[in-house]
Amino acid sequence: MEHVGKIFMPGDVLSNLQASQKSGKVVLGPGLKCDNDSVFVNKPGVLKHKEPNFYWIDSHQKKYVPTRGEHVLGVVTNRMGDVYRVDIRGSEPASLSFLSFEGATKRNRPDIKIGDLVYGKLLCANKDIEPEMVCIDSTGRSNGMGVISCNGGFMFTCSLNHIRKILSPQFNLLKTLGNSLPFEVAVGMNGRIWVKGRSIKETIAIVNGLNSVEYMDTNEIKVMCRKLLDTLAGF
Amino acid sequence: MMEAQEKSKLSKNVLQMKFMRRSVVRLDEEQNAEEEKQTIDDEHWAYDIPQLKAKESKFQCEASYLPFEDLVFGRMSYKGFNKEIEKMMKEKNTEQSLAEADRREKEMAVSDDEMAERFTSLVGTVGKKFAKKRKKAEKEKVTETPQDTIDTVQTDAPSKKKKSKKKKKEFMKPNEDE
Repeated sequence: MEHVGKIFMPGDVLSNLQASQKSGKVVLGPGLKCDNDSVFVNKPGVLKHKEPNFYWIDSHQKKYVPTRGEHVLGVVTNRMGDVYRVDIRGSEPASLSFLSFEGATKRNRPDIKIGDLVYGKLLCANKDIEPEMVCIDSTGRSNGMGVISCNGGFMFTCSLNHIRKILSPQFNLLKTLGNSLPFEVAVGMNGRIWVKGRSIKETIAIVNGLNSVEYMDTNEIKVMCRKLLDTLAGF
Repeated sequence: MMEAQEKSKLSKNVLQMKFMRRSVVRLDEEQNAEEEKQTIDDEHWAYDIPQLKAKESKFQCEASYLPFEDLVFGRMSYKGFNKEIEKMMKEKNTEQSLAEADRREKEMAVSDDEMAERFTSLVGTVGKKFAKKRKKAEKEKVTETPQDTIDTVQTDAPSKKKKSKKKKKEFMKPNEDE
């Protein structure tokens, strides 16, 4: 369709969407809404298309709406019986059962304190009920999820579209920095990033790097990255 | 039911007596339960209207960005900072590259179905070329199967070619007559 890559505003109507040849369906993503066979835009942004029949709007957004299956970085705020309340920047906190950790049983509770960071997946997210978070996959293994070691590191927030940029396979800042700096990051789809480097100085440098690349392209990122590493090394 | 009713028909006076209190309550409960059974059965909950047919929409909505953008897993570690995460990253990377290679190979290579189809049409024509004149004549009478023709493969090609040309002419004639 010729509209792909153009800017749309809420209320615009889309037509001529390319359907899949097998099922004759069109998959509408975030920012698009169907109503009686016509498609409306409900977020301002750029229309994107993926073969064969995927359409969505890529928009700037800071408010997080919990969605099923997304990996999020949450802060434990409260403990009520056998569930933890976890703030995931949604309209209400998510619940996280103490049983949904790797190796947890009724007897053997995970060691989680209020204020800890947890990286998990949203098991259910619905506009009518509170979201539920888990830190294990369907096979019962943690697979990188769980409590993030709380000694050190720095957590900050950024816009959701920036998060998607950071998580796209083409994003090269972390890889380039990783060639010369040992560090660890956890990126949640809810707009939170946690970074930990060897020292506070390095952590700050990585955080600044991540914050400043939101509107840069690949080449600019490369240049910025080199500068950052040079400054860190003391040149 | 009839029996129960007959049994329960004790006189009012007897039922009013103190020691009969409990059986009065029981009888009342039984009666209530029976009445409820009668009023609420399956039909009570069924609608008497034709079923609504859900209109199949051309569009399928997805709330998440996950199926649209190929996002990587959000936990990363570099230069051995967190060994566990690093190991996981490596596994995922190899998995991905393997899948990619698989996909590419499938695109380049001829699929099994395609191969089979091509050869079923080829076996007959190639087999014909190598078959002896006599055998070929036999075969034209009987419908040939690919396996038969493979059995008769021989290697004096030049003489065969002439004969096959002749055969062709003979075969065409009856067709034209018809």
